[in-house]
Amino acid sequence: MASYLILQKILKTGFVSEPAPQPDPALRTREQALQAEILKVFGQAVAIRHVDAGSCNGCELEIHALNGPHYNIDGLGVKFSASPRHVDVLLVTGPVSRHMEAALKRAYDAIPDPKWVVAMGECACTGGMFGESYASCGKISNVIPVDVEVPGCPPTPTALLQGILAAVSKDAPNANG
Amino acid sequence: MKIGDHEWRLDSIGPHIWRGDMETGQLLALSRAVKEEGGQLIALWGSDDRHLNGGFGIHVALLTGLGLVWVSCALSAETPAYPDLAHIFPQADRMQRAAFDLLGITATDAVDERKWLRHNAWAASEFPLRKDFSSLAAHRSPLPEADAYPFIYVQGDGVHEIAVGPIHAGTIEPGHFRFSIIGDRILKLEERLGYAHKGIEKRFEGMDIASGARLAGRVSGDSHSAYAWAYCMAVEMATASTVPERALWLRALYLEIERIANHLGDLGYLGNDVALAFGFAQFWRLKEDWLRMSIKLFGHRYLFDRIAPGGVATDIDAAGCAELDALTRRIEAEVRELKIIYDEHATLQDRFADTGICKPELAAQLGLTGLAGRASAQTWDVRTQFPQVPYDRLDVNMATQRRGDVLARVEVRFAEVYESLRLIRDILKRLPAGGIHTPLQPAQAACEGLGWVEGWRGEVMVAVRIAADGTLDRVHPHDPSWQNWPLVEMGVLGNIVPDFPLINKSFNLSYSGPDL
Repeated sequence: MASYLILQKILKTGFVSEPAPQPDPALRTREQALQAEILKVFGQAVAIRHVDAGSCNGCELEIHALNGPHYNIDGLGVKFSASPRHVDVLLVTGPVSRHMEAALKRAYDAIPDPKWVVAMGECACTGGMFGESYASCGKISNVIPVDVEVPGCPPTPTALLQGILAAVSKDAPNANG
Repeated sequence: MKIGDHEWRLDSIGPHIWRGDMETGQLLALSRAVKEEGGQLIALWGSDDRHLNGGFGIHVALLTGLGLVWVSCALSAETPAYPDLAHIFPQADRMQRAAFDLLGITATDAVDERKWLRHNAWAASEFPLRKDFSSLAAHRSPLPEADAYPFIYVQGDGVHEIAVGPIHAGTIEPGHFRFSIIGDRILKLEERLGYAHKGIEKRFEGMDIASGARLAGRVSGDSHSAYAWAYCMAVEMATASTVPERALWLRALYLEIERIANHLGDLGYLGNDVALAFGFAQFWRLKEDWLRMSIKLFGHRYLFDRIAPGGVATDIDAAGCAELDALTRRIEAEVRELKIIYDEHATLQDRFADTGICKPELAAQLGLTGLAGRASAQTWDVRTQFPQVPYDRLDVNMATQRRGDVLARVEVRFAEVYESLRLIRDILKRLPAGGIHTPLQPAQAACEGLGWVEGWRGEVMVAVRIAADGTLDRVHPHDPSWQNWPLVEMGVLGNIVPDFPLINKSFNLSYSGPDL
């Protein structure tokens, strides 16, 4: 019974996935020399590890939304992974709380080179409303190197996807060699 | 106001909200009387009042049959201490430990004196919420000590530990779970939170009232409207400002939109956690449609900063009302279809039923609140029993269950989705005409207020004290997750480890909210 209803609902719903947005190179904060070589080998297939370094959980809502059917990230070769040891991109949200500083550094160190860091949201890019204090280190780049910053409170799934694609896309200025 | 055998001197400061000052000895008697009448402790927090009366303060919010009772006791500057309340209300335990970590005020004779919010960002001898603590000087100093926390160890043949977090396998907020297990069964779970502590309460100090609303909304982003409304209710009470009727109805509209967005997401993830990816895809499709409606009609997918002191920032026109009304009908029809599939799906029901049980007696003893409380027969909903405008005219039907398992928490969510969709249609039909914003009255002297809102997760409370110069002196935002986290520890006992993610998701508690 349930299987019949599920199939019926799937057929009735049809496809809702939308075309992917273009990468937004303006979000890049630095270029890595190895980028071109890596991209030649891996194309755009990219594995991501997310770390919440002290976010209000607003950005997490949009990461979840990005995994929903409208955005079809699997189809783009983008995949969230459970272990930092398997990934290319570290996606970080929140200001870095001082209580998460050590854990964030360890997660960063556990990712094999080459790696890219995407800072997601106002707090990750600037420290946001929480800023720097006895309990907060402020923006992500105060703690680990950042390649792409995606502003917004929170950034939409589309903006986040543009940022992730910018980290690994082929049109970087040094990608000709 | 009569509670137990005693007539307490409490003043009404708003609809269903009472205020009183008392000696610490009376606080104990009042707490016992409230407990005996079936009430609960909602929140406990401290304040540095040395610039006002030369000492510290301890504040308690109690839930009684007549509403919320907010009482304060003055404590001496030299030995700030108050009697332990955790032996009456166990949910006070972590709040008391946090009050010590932040202010150095002590609950006398408390059983558990371990630190709670403090890891290693400040020393045991420092108290960040004291007015003479310099936040920036502390920021520049190196971390004073390695974090060490005395977990309670379980010893015996075949017992071993699994340590999880602060970083989890999925997209989850930071926190640590220490499991002691035998085979696959959980013998004990101990939570260690505080990783997301980013100094929110200190940040409020000295902030202007308008900025405070934006910060309050970011205490726990998934409950933005609940926090923003509770904060605004508090500052409007403090400054004796009136808000246009239409703005209050729009706030309720936002709150119900937020409830539906979160419940849809949770219903999808709960399907996903029992390997029904179909459920995730369908509910997140509906949630995305819902969020796109929010940005189209109100300018933000999660309605951030739509509620501001004195009213709201965004109105809705007739065309918007019609569009939203039509969407509620489509969403309701689709959710009802999906509910039939969840009901018919044998393995889903098998995983949901009798998993993560919090029995009603335990829930009452430990103060389980909000939607998880209602799934364990704790029949409290601020919108029903203690309604503010416009809920006093909306007749909210409370959703309750007695099973206290994952299935019950799923059932409450389904029922609340239907009810909130109905409420939205009702609000749209009856929305009063008029303005949506009136500037706040300026604060003439130091003043205080309290806001109390039934968010999607449970009751969100914000207490505010404004200084004579109009800036914020002390703000305490309280998340219902404070009370509910200990029930996750209890609910998982005897369950298998692979069911933990499912049980945890069925509560879906905030980390940022109580970590502050």
